[in-house]
Amino acid sequence: MRVWKFGDNIDTDAIIPGRYLVIYDPRTLAAHAFEGTRDEFAESAREGDIIVAGRNFGCGSSREHAPLALLGAGVRVVIARSFARIFYRNAINVGILPLVCRDAPSIEDGSAIAVHLRDGYIESGGKKLPIEPVPAFLQEIIDAGGLVEYAKKLERVETCTGSQS
Amino acid sequence: MAATLVEKIFSQKCGRSVRAGEVVMAPVDLAMVHDITGPLAVQKFREMGGTRVFDPGKIVLLFDHQVPADSISAANNHVFLRKFAIEQEIPNLDLREGICHQVVMERGRAGPGEIIVGADSHTCMYGAAGAFATGIGSTDMGFVLKFGALYFRVPETIRIVATGTFPPRVGPKDLILEITGRLGADGATYQALEFTGSTFQTMDMPGRMTCCNMAVEMGAKAGIVPPDRVTGEYLAGRRDTSLVSLSSDPGARFAQEYSFNAEDLTPRVAVPHNVDQVVDVSRVAGTPIDQVFIGSCTNGRFEDLKEAADVLGNRSFHPSVRVIVIPASRTEYLKALRAGIIEKFVSAGALVEAPCCGPCMGGAFGLLAPGEVSLSTSNRNFRGRQGSTEASVYLCSPATAAASAINGQITDPREV
Ligand code: SF4
Repeated sequence: MRVWKFGDNIDTDAIIPGRYLVIYDPRTLAAHAFEGTRDEFAESAREGDIIVAGRNFGCGSSREHAPLALLGAGVRVVIARSFARIFYRNAINVGILPLVCRDAPSIEDGSAIAVHLRDGYIESGGKKLPIEPVPAFLQEIIDAGGLVEYAKKLERVETCTGSQS
Repeated sequence: MAATLVEKIFSQKCGRSVRAGEVVMAPVDLAMVHDITGPLAVQKFREMGGTRVFDPGKIVLLFDHQVPADSISAANNHVFLRKFAIEQEIPNLDLREGICHQVVMERGRAGPGEIIVGADSHTCMYGAAGAFATGIGSTDMGFVLKFGALYFRVPETIRIVATGTFPPRVGPKDLILEITGRLGADGATYQALEFTGSTFQTMDMPGRMTCCNMAVEMGAKAGIVPPDRVTGEYLAGRRDTSLVSLSSDPGARFAQEYSFNAEDLTPRVAVPHNVDQVVDVSRVAGTPIDQVFIGSCTNGRFEDLKEAADVLGNRSFHPSVRVIVIPASRTEYLKALRAGIIEKFVSAGALVEAPCCGPCMGGAFGLLAPGEVSLSTSNRNFRGRQGSTEASVYLCSPATAAASAINGQITDPREV
């Protein structure tokens, strides 16, 4: 389990190039993840590896192929200083946990880290880096096991019910 | 309490006061799905136990990213979606009309005060019609197809105020590039952008579409121009226009406010590989180019083609440049054809293609080789967006694209 470190503004075209969007299978997509940007990722990413990035991870397209490609490569957690909005929701929907951590840039490439979800921090290089809680309504979806599982149990939804984020 | 335009839209839909920061399960007025994101959305809809879509009349299914099909997989996806449309009796299935966002707008399917979702990030373009419109992923779309509603966190609004009229050969694309440069690629994440001020009030609908289209390039959830007389005139004949005049209340709370002056604006170019790396055209003038693309949902309308043709005049494009022109829709294509613009482009050496996303999506045709440089009127210059990750894409207005295509290098459109 290792950290793959990326910079700011990693866009969805970098995560999965447009020419592979006819594919929907996570494993097949994973073979092209970060193609031309960081080729060794597809070759050597292992189950449980973690992506760590700077600001605005996943900006650009709404293509769900991006989190699916990461999922297919074995990634279950992405830690970033901040996320682009559509990617953030897509990640949760496909079963990847996006964690916002202001100190993400201090985590080193190739290092081993431990994520302590319940206590809200990441252990990296002997330091505890706090992670921001996931908004309550999205936590409900994560707890259900993703949006598909959440939706399966619903006959209909009650609209205009609300809560504070 | 004073409310923003976006808060008002959610409040009207819900019949109670809804504020920024609140999470609501809001009903949607329209759901747009295209050939790239559609198959997965349908699959998710089925996995969720969906059998009948919430309302076939509120769904638009179109093919535009890979039209005509450029691979057997793409053709298969089209067949799959056509079957779904027939099975679900979805009346709005467009196989060949053009780019999804343009078609939704010109068919009058987006209107003031509506909440619209699309499985495409540039769905925010419908803010030009006064709708709250946002891009979502395929699983979220699966949920919408089943329930006709989705969780939204009602966004705060950043107000963009632009005043004054544009100088010659400078227009909406230069303005939105300037705004993107100032706010940054994540300057509006999770927020809505409201475009106001005299520049937007006097801007035509195509210009408003160009600006709203690029809201997502700043991370925004939506971009919106308060619907007014210009909106009403555009929508008349396209849909029922019991126009809804909507705007933010005086005293409404904005997260931030930015001012821009259109009078001082010069042609802008976004340099590789980020949309917010925006410079004055003079900074990159003289850069040799291999390809020029005039098209996309950002700038593929008649007005854009005309702007490029006006700059072109009776000249030819530079022999070493591939100039690809793609009208955003069949309707826009016909308008340009009848105005003699298409003939002008073809005579000048352009490759004019049928309406579709073309090189913008980086998967169909018009791809770039390593080391090649493209100048494009589209909305994204990410590394690899139009082919090789070792190619470079610059973004600009149709006027700058045409001037540069004549010279074979990036050129200030005021100097040709
Ligand atoms: S023209 Fe480009 S940005 Fe617009 S919908 Fe097509 S691929 Fe997306």
